Amino acid sequence: MSNDQRDFGFHTRSVHAGSRPDPNTGARALPIFQTSSYVFEDAESAAAYFNLQEYGNTYSRIMNPTVAAFEERLANLEGGAGAVAFASGLAAQSATFFTLLEPGDHVVASAALYGGSITQLKHLFRKLSIGLTFVDPDDMENWRAALTDHTKLLFAETIGNPGGNVLDIASVAALAHDNGMPLVVDNTFATPYLCRPMDWGADIVVHSATKFIGGHGTSIGGAVVDSGEFNWSNGRFPVIANPSPAYHGLAFHETFGKYGYLMKLRAETLRDLGAAMSPFNAFLFAQGLETLPLRMRQHVANALKVADFLSTHDKVRSVRHPGLPDSPYAGLVDTYLPRGAGAVFCFDLNGGRQAGREFIAALSLFSHLANVGDAKSLVIHPATTTHRQLSDDELSAAGIGPGTIRLSIGIEDAEDLIWDLDQGLAAVQAQGRYTD
Amino acid sequence: MRVEDYQDPTVIQAALNERRIAIVGLSSNELRPSHFVGYYMQRHGYQIVPVNPRETEVLDEASYPSLADVPEPVGVVDVFRDPAAVPAIAREAVAMGAKFLWLQYGVISEEGVGIALDSGMQVIVDRCMKVEHARYRGRMHWLGFNTEVISANRKPG
Repeated sequence: MSNDQRDFGFHTRSVHAGSRPDPNTGARALPIFQTSSYVFEDAESAAAYFNLQEYGNTYSRIMNPTVAAFEERLANLEGGAGAVAFASGLAAQSATFFTLLEPGDHVVASAALYGGSITQLKHLFRKLSIGLTFVDPDDMENWRAALTDHTKLLFAETIGNPGGNVLDIASVAALAHDNGMPLVVDNTFATPYLCRPMDWGADIVVHSATKFIGGHGTSIGGAVVDSGEFNWSNGRFPVIANPSPAYHGLAFHETFGKYGYLMKLRAETLRDLGAAMSPFNAFLFAQGLETLPLRMRQHVANALKVADFLSTHDKVRSVRHPGLPDSPYAGLVDTYLPRGAGAVFCFDLNGGRQAGREFIAALSLFSHLANVGDAKSLVIHPATTTHRQLSDDELSAAGIGPGTIRLSIGIEDAEDLIWDLDQGLAAVQAQGRYTD
Repeated sequence: MRVEDYQDPTVIQAALNERRIAIVGLSSNELRPSHFVGYYMQRHGYQIVPVNPRETEVLDEASYPSLADVPEPVGVVDVFRDPAAVPAIAREAVAMGAKFLWLQYGVISEEGVGIALDSGMQVIVDRCMKVEHARYRGRMHWLGFNTEVISANRKPG
């Protein structure tokens, strides 16, 4: 049996997909092609590359062999037709929308998104005259009720933040498809090791690679993966199906079939918006993917142990980890996240803002910073940092209490993490009533 | 008919070993998918035989009105036509001794596939010849597509 007929496992594909030994040098590690541009063999080849008649390298804003290896590896792990990498997760997300949407279109999105995504959608869409409705993602009726004749896509996260909302991907995807539109899912918190949204009907997956994919908090990056399954020629997406004025009349879906959306995303949107991933960052992300399944197992096991510990502590009001047996999302976790419900979650201290300050100040192993998905454990108190301008009422509307703490659990020894959290909780003096 | 049954990597790579390809429905319009495939395959050393009654010459090769008019044998018959036209094309492909019937994206004809198989041809359905060449022999991996190729063997530079 040849390699082509073998169904290789996730760990094997994490290490090998997208990167064969370099044909020119034999280098086994992924070479970093630190070059802005590429010498053409001849004039005919140059024309063929720019016309997209041949797969060729022209300029690293649009493609780069190191970046391509990362793209293919991620696409393979997600089960997609391909991927396009971007300079950040938010760049990947905005490029996804920019490729699909036109003024007058409308989007329905989960209200339980990462704060940066909420801001991006609210303000970018307003400037582009694109309509937007945020919905509580837990009730299918909310999604259904928000659809309009102009709605072109649904958008949500596999695991939401800060509530730990788990998306019923199959149901939301079915609603999207019944109405002739794709479901776009941000799979950053789950990674393809814990959940592959396309297996459940999602059409496009976006990632902040900065988090678990890179895994070590070294680099900013993002990516878009497309399943290649959505029918862009259904009459609702002339922007993909019709001849493109931005590419000398090329009809991307007809010409490239299942690769049409990705080609347009790369050859037009990445070309025009310019937020390309650097080759060095792509090397680090491809390297990160090699150990993704190993790290994720430790992340989720540690996170569950920490959540268990916190849920019995008398200074803790509640723990919002979807993997706990009493979580409202326990059923959805069984379906969509059987290997673990992620490693980023929030809990609430009884003592409000002052308790949050005291708790963070006493920690000595958790790093106090604004990121998640690092090998190192991270902590932040939204009410005194990222959301400090908000009143208690405004915090509550965002699902954040004055005593809410967000943890990103790393791959250290769980016993050491619990030790640190225990001493942090011991230092909390504030007893103020929690205000809902 | 399950199209996945006619997408065997071994059959696809055997078809790519042929050197002469009749492309039924090849257009001279550079923006048509058939032209993308014909241009690409010719660039990679294949001899292209255009079959299209509406063309006289495509990619510097004479175009024939039908497969029956092609004077020399071809290894692969690659089809860009309405699925309803495929049974007749399959009969002509059998008559001229072609080894592979290759049906492009969306060209799905159970009857046409049956005719080819019954006469000992090998069949590929709902796959693009350009994409498959790029996957196994070319540079599809340069643009971040999922080739699904997993190998630690060094390819020649």
